[in-house]
Amino acid sequence: MALLEVDRLVVEFPGRRGTLRALDEISFSIEPGEVLGVVGESGAGKSLTGAAIIGLLEPPGRVASGQIRLEGTRIDRFTDAQMRPIRGRRIGAIFQDPLTTLDPLVSVGKQLVETMQTHLKLSDRDARARAVGWLEQVGIPAAAERVGAYPHQFSGGMRQRVVIALALCAEPKLVIADEPTTALDVSIQAQIIALLRRLTTDHGTSVMLVTHDMGVIAETADRVAVMYAGRIAEIGPVRDVVLHPSHPYTEGLMGSIPQLEHRVERLRQIDGAMPRLTAIPPGCAFNPRCGRVLERCRVDRPDLLARGTTLAACWNMVPMDDVT
Amino acid sequence: MNAVSRFLDSDFVYQFWRNPVAVISAAIVLVVVVGAVFAPILAPHNPFDLVSLDLMDSLKPPAFTAEGDPHFLLGTDDQGRDVLSGIMYGTRISLLVAVLAIGFSLVVGIGVGLLAGYAGGAVDAFLMRVVDVQLTFPSILIALLVDGVVRAALPRSMQEQLEIYVIVFAIGISRWPQFARTIRGSTMVERQRDYVMAAKVIGLSSGRIMLTHILPNVMGPVLVIATLNLGLAILDEATLSFLGVGLPPTQPSLGTLIRIGNNFLFSGEWWITIFPGVTLAAMVLSINLLGDWLRDALNPRLR
Amino acid sequence: MFSFILSRILQAIPVLLAVGFISFAMFAFVGDPVTIMLGQDYTEAQRAALVSQLGLDQPFFVQYAKFVVEAVQGNFGISYRLARPVGALIAERLPATVELALTAAVLALAIGLPLGVYTGIRRNSALSRLIMVFSLLGVSLPTFLIGILLILVFAVQLGVLPSFGRGDVVQLGHWSTGFLTASGRRALVLPAITLGLFQMTLIMRLVRSEMLEVLRSDYIKFARARGLTPRAINFGHALGNTLVPVITIVGLQLGGLIAFSIVTETVFQWPGMGLLLVQSIGVADIPVMSAYLLLIAVVFVGINLCVDLLYFAVDPRLRANR
Repeated sequence: MALLEVDRLVVEFPGRRGTLRALDEISFSIEPGEVLGVVGESGAGKSLTGAAIIGLLEPPGRVASGQIRLEGTRIDRFTDAQMRPIRGRRIGAIFQDPLTTLDPLVSVGKQLVETMQTHLKLSDRDARARAVGWLEQVGIPAAAERVGAYPHQFSGGMRQRVVIALALCAEPKLVIADEPTTALDVSIQAQIIALLRRLTTDHGTSVMLVTHDMGVIAETADRVAVMYAGRIAEIGPVRDVVLHPSHPYTEGLMGSIPQLEHRVERLRQIDGAMPRLTAIPPGCAFNPRCGRVLERCRVDRPDLLARGTTLAACWNMVPMDDVT
Repeated sequence: MNAVSRFLDSDFVYQFWRNPVAVISAAIVLVVVVGAVFAPILAPHNPFDLVSLDLMDSLKPPAFTAEGDPHFLLGTDDQGRDVLSGIMYGTRISLLVAVLAIGFSLVVGIGVGLLAGYAGGAVDAFLMRVVDVQLTFPSILIALLVDGVVRAALPRSMQEQLEIYVIVFAIGISRWPQFARTIRGSTMVERQRDYVMAAKVIGLSSGRIMLTHILPNVMGPVLVIATLNLGLAILDEATLSFLGVGLPPTQPSLGTLIRIGNNFLFSGEWWITIFPGVTLAAMVLSINLLGDWLRDALNPRLR
Repeated sequence: MFSFILSRILQAIPVLLAVGFISFAMFAFVGDPVTIMLGQDYTEAQRAALVSQLGLDQPFFVQYAKFVVEAVQGNFGISYRLARPVGALIAERLPATVELALTAAVLALAIGLPLGVYTGIRRNSALSRLIMVFSLLGVSLPTFLIGILLILVFAVQLGVLPSFGRGDVVQLGHWSTGFLTASGRRALVLPAITLGLFQMTLIMRLVRSEMLEVLRSDYIKFARARGLTPRAINFGHALGNTLVPVITIVGLQLGGLIAFSIVTETVFQWPGMGLLLVQSIGVADIPVMSAYLLLIAVVFVGINLCVDLLYFAVDPRLRANR
């Protein structure tokens, strides 16, 4: 059984000029131990998906229909009190900006201790020992001394390590990492991703890795979901999606990654911009920017269709041999 | 769509009509302001017309009580003056003082703020230190002391006729620092912009750059603060007048009326002080409610 | 820590000197004390005698130096109105004002802080909305009007509490206190509520809006994502972060109590420094005004110092930097 199943999930924001549909029938699942990468441009709905799973949508956003199942149990209708034992304990979260995710007035050790004691039966002494252990695991030097230090005494990269420790310390089955490296220096990004990958492998934790960096996905994820304008455009094993993209949008994304092996004159880019949620065109949302657009694409909205190991929402998929 | 209909269709106006508190507050402010501005036309009596006063009419309770006189809706004071008319004329004076005081504050604050933000360096450091020190003290205390000092400096014979200017000056001086601080902050941002650089390059004088290029771009937030400060300035004036160091009984503001009426509280003539008090409270409360709403409406994060 | 306090005191000295200079300038240039003290009819000899008695015939800088030296010792000259030393007048009036301000401060903090936290956490509950409406009344009603209303209800209509004065006071050395007698405590009730109400509502609204701001922050969201209980989030994380910005403003607001007591003392004829000041302004009694200004400056400098020390206790970022 899949660890997490998201089934035709719809998230809406009711507003003055009608209701905005921010996530439109998203379906995917995550297997135990698997790393699912979620990519897409800003505003495609990647972070919103994570927030919906963990039950922390900002009002007035709400799950309008569809299901979220964690180990077979529906959690999308759970109250805040019902979600609390799940957050941290079964689904951990890592946020984007480590400079703002840690309470500046509470020492990192105390933040770890309170998280563990909320979910696990631990004496103060055991919790403290484990806090030091976690800081060691995430690679904080002199962890025993720094356990009492405050967030401002750590650098950005070190703080993100602390955040990772906090997300994992109650031993969740799944971690939702929302752009965990976007706010960091480029030189540190790889370290943090490697750390996350290593720790989750060690603990057998599944990861939903939200990012707009296709390179990170290619190196880290088992499977990848490509999101566009609140829908999933393509989802499948990372190798197949990267090497043989089926959706023209995915193909465009791949073309925009610089590669050392192939010298190209100019990186390809996708013309135009993703439509705003208020102005999604009829048919396929990508049709105004698509080079393979058909008449049908302007009228009919494609569902995810299987091709080989991947699923893609496209009426006119990129042929297998047409990939550069 | 022209500007007016675009404004009427905006989220701002929509939010306004959807919020009963904002609508009611705006209505109260409108009624009070119209009553005050057009007092000479609308007031049932002229409290300054000594000929029309009749001591037989003195200390009449409001019309809705048993002994009330229908001629005097809110009763009369010890001189036989109509309380309602007194309130309308008094509000007129209160509003005039508040508007003039805030205007004066704005001029000083904008001048200092522009200079500090544009000049930077030691000028900025000095001016902002002055601002900091003054902001440490409650504005009412500053207004009170300035008022006291200016009165002491004036010859006694001139005090009464200049009183309104003295109080405008005192309240204005007590409120300029926050305008200066806001203007300075946005000026420092604008100073870095390309259009200011361009103006410098073509050789415009600093004064001209500040007044014709920077000022229009930094006025917005300050005008909002100024509106909110109107309510506070009305309270300042009322407080000074209540303390007996504001406007004299010959030019009675709401505060003066409340102070005079306060003497009759113990003998049972509550209406002389309570009605001006209610007017003052209703007006200031409405302005504050509108201000709260305005702040929330302009700051979508809080919705 | 010690050097921090010292540097703060050193920073305060220019401020005090500047305020001192303004006080002195008031003294030196404003009004004609001689005319005020002698009234309409006086001889040239009387006038000259008074001028030299007040030291007004000496050069400007001599007068300023004398002023500073005297002020440091607590001598602020002679009140024009009461013809008594200002220092003694203020010392007499000080206990009444301090007791009133302290009571009001305790009232404002003890009620304002919890209400602010409550309305911040339960921002949409009916009770919160009700409290917010009343708090707007508290902010909008001028102090003197609240006083008048309280007098009307509790003194005139119900006749249960006194409307003026301090009641019986007990002398403890130089300090006269109203805390120790029943009539003194009863007399304190209405003035303290009048003075404290505005600060209370202000503190409450401030704490609430800071609390709301903090509750929207990333670290609170992260705390929720870690599954912490609402109790741990609200009191373990949100409250502390709320207090950091609140401390300054609350400190200054409580300092403002001394200033606002001017109005309350006038309404209730409370024999404190505020009433003295208002009476002095009415007749341009400059020595009292300038002494009052200096005293208030010292009070505010003291409060600022306390605020800085409180920061130290709350915020580790400051502790670490020193």
